[in-house]
Amino acid sequence: MLDLIFALTIFGLLMALGFGVGGYVERRHYANLEARERLTQRLSLVTIGAKTPIPEARQAQLFVGCVVVSSDYFRHMVATWSVLFGGEIPGFQRLLDRGRREAILRMKEAALVWGATQIANVRIETANLNDAVGDEGMALVEVIAYGTGIR
Amino acid sequence: MILTTLEGVPGKQIVEHYGLVQGSTVRAKHLGKDILAGFKNMIGGEMKAYTELLQESREEATQRMTQQAQQLGANAIVNIRFATSSVAAGAAELYAYGTAVKVR
Repeated sequence: MLDLIFALTIFGLLMALGFGVGGYVERRHYANLEARERLTQRLSLVTIGAKTPIPEARQAQLFVGCVVVSSDYFRHMVATWSVLFGGEIPGFQRLLDRGRREAILRMKEAALVWGATQIANVRIETANLNDAVGDEGMALVEVIAYGTGIR
Repeated sequence: MILTTLEGVPGKQIVEHYGLVQGSTVRAKHLGKDILAGFKNMIGGEMKAYTELLQESREEATQRMTQQAQQLGANAIVNIRFATSSVAAGAAELYAYGTAVKVR
């Protein structure tokens, strides 16, 4: 009985921590992303470039942005339950959205420092690191964005 | 060494192809960092320890690819692609590949 109460307390604490702190971290991250996106919007990204010529470029360099993001305990549990009913999982959608935007921003910021006018042939990839970490079920994904900065 | 994800190097012409070059590294997580990451995992967000680990590993893989290209006598690698895969619990492989060329 005492064990059960203890387990439930831990569960409740983790849920509250995930919901409260996790939500706060997410809101703060979104605010940060929006601010940085405004600063870097002048740099255009294109996914073409592999088979089309790039006009008026004298120099090219590879730029990579990467980030590893994880979901919090609350959203992880909600996602686990959603599997019972199907449908979208907004918590995970936002997680991947944050990861992609962060990776793209890191690539753009590095390219802007170099003086790029455009990043051509951008590729974005998502890798699941769950197996790598061996942490059952918790969403842990790596997002990388890479492309060729030209100037 | 010029690295690009394009089929060529802007403003230059490919004069010779040397074929596929690749670099890879399989990295294990750091146990001490992982315990911290375990706590961070409850809150979510960026896992900085892992970001750094994978970034370092990717640079290592890229460097190995570059070395291979240098040995062939290339001065650029075009059409570079990256891939990450989890090999086993606690290990991830970072892989980079591209085509070594000589440009002028």
